[in-house]
Amino acid sequence: MSTSKEVWVWAEQRNGRLMDVSVELLGKAMELAKENNGASAAVLVGEEVDGLAEELISYGVDKVYLITDPRLKLYQSGAYTKAISDLVEEHRPEIMLLGATATGMELAPSIAAQVKTGLTAHCCELCIEDWDGEPKLIASVPGFGGGICVKIVCPKRSPQMATVSAGVAEKPCTCEDPSGEIIRLEADLRDVDMRARTVEMVENPPAGLPLEKADVVVAGGYGMKAIGDFAPLKELASCLDAAVGGTRPALEEGWIPESNLIGTSGKTISPKLLLSFGASGANHWVMGFTRAETVVAVNKDEEAPVFEVCDFGIVADVCDVIPCFLRELKEEKGETSD
Amino acid sequence: MPLNIVVCVKQVADPDYFNEITIDPASGRIRREKVPSILNPMDENALEEALRIRERFSGKVTTVSMGPPQAKEVLDWALILGADEAILLCDKAFAGADSLATAYALAGAIEKLGEVALVLCGNAAADGDTHQVGPQLAELLGMPHATYVRQIDFKDDETLTLTRAIEYGHLTIEMGLPALVAVLAEINVPRQPTAEGIMTLLEKEYKEWQADDIGVPAANLGLDGSPTRVAGMYEQKIERRQKVLTGTPEEMVKAVIAELRNEGLL
Repeated sequence: MSTSKEVWVWAEQRNGRLMDVSVELLGKAMELAKENNGASAAVLVGEEVDGLAEELISYGVDKVYLITDPRLKLYQSGAYTKAISDLVEEHRPEIMLLGATATGMELAPSIAAQVKTGLTAHCCELCIEDWDGEPKLIASVPGFGGGICVKIVCPKRSPQMATVSAGVAEKPCTCEDPSGEIIRLEADLRDVDMRARTVEMVENPPAGLPLEKADVVVAGGYGMKAIGDFAPLKELASCLDAAVGGTRPALEEGWIPESNLIGTSGKTISPKLLLSFGASGANHWVMGFTRAETVVAVNKDEEAPVFEVCDFGIVADVCDVIPCFLRELKEEKGETSD
Repeated sequence: MPLNIVVCVKQVADPDYFNEITIDPASGRIRREKVPSILNPMDENALEEALRIRERFSGKVTTVSMGPPQAKEVLDWALILGADEAILLCDKAFAGADSLATAYALAGAIEKLGEVALVLCGNAAADGDTHQVGPQLAELLGMPHATYVRQIDFKDDETLTLTRAIEYGHLTIEMGLPALVAVLAEINVPRQPTAEGIMTLLEKEYKEWQADDIGVPAANLGLDGSPTRVAGMYEQKIERRQKVLTGTPEEMVKAVIAELRNEGLL
């Protein structure tokens, strides 16, 4: 099979804004393309998104395949699959990356099934390694909640596809003299591609600092049951200009919104400091903050696995510890304001 | 209007025991001896949704799984909960399948069943967590589909209105039947088994199909049909200082704050 040696990224946009993970992956694609001696390209689909094509070019990508159509304004599972699969069939890039967003996790397998290639989900690491004498993409994925990482290769088919979580790659800088090319294309859509119709998109962006952008994160788990809610953690967070996150049990208790779930099925975060209260340390949660610089864990059970993955551990009841933190930090604030 | 519904299910290691799964250093294989197996939690939500739709429209609920002989356990569980019929795709030819080869086998079974109006799946399996089989199965069946679905409504007898989660919001999607829908845990609370369910288990139809029964070319099944390969495995080790403090809560908090100040973090 002849391939174009290109490394592609699906540049996902919602309401005319690029998703952060797509921009992060653009940087990764340029890096992999360089290693592969090929070109990097973004695939941008939407209506009136020329400005975003320019934005993608500004990061230094070699090409933007731009597909615009009024029917593609919102994400449409069938139509996006058809438009992108046609393009993939025509060019057969070597590698294609998609952000592991709630939409990317649907579009990627749909395209992979159409073009009959291999796909690896929720990758936490991507690199090019020698495989049977050929350079291939090796994608690492967390399995069984994240304690075990499995390296996956797609040796014979192309593109080698992967979905990648937000926060795994770093956002590239804009380059001074971008020279990429915008290639305008039309989608060949049939009625059958529009059987599933997205009729409305409702977005409720969170108030305050997004979890993944905060330097300090205060997080809680089921152990907060002793207190009954997250009010003291929110107070602590406001003392520290921190964002509040939590575990899946905390989400299930209704203490945090879905957008503030940390872990393999939630956000991957890399704050300078994470303060964890009443979380035992299940793998799928721990995998969400492997890149945190310093981790402080508070749990009353000294056997809790969280103490194996923290820098500083406090074995005590959250009810006793949180008031101490609040007192100490407020005292400190009092001093500095004098 | 009776609706025939297929629910795709998977037997998985119980997520509550994931911390006990390790890699055997000698063989490089996964060790999970003491880990119990269960019906994948989100598949139980898919089954619950199917049972509720059947209660509303009448019809038949068939559960299909691909797996080793012991995967019959989760199909029995589905029958006890209320499914009408269960099919296990069990054959050495299916072994080593990645998500695409799994989707081929399930698609073959669903095509053989025929006249299926709705295929329901859990959004993801707790073990592999790929989210991939649902959309791949739908594409192979040529059905419109949606994943991350937290609400299914019927606009009319042949059209679904779905609420589908995205980051910080949702999409409203309309699609005609036949279709495939992959559901999130929040869509419903699965029912508990009843004594009646257990007693009717033996009257329910249970079948095992092999590769020859579903008419899918061997080249699309199992390891041969899988575009991906496992290139290696490693246990994720996190290196941190693990400095566990002692003293009263107040002393420990003071000590931590001193350390964090020292590092310029506060």
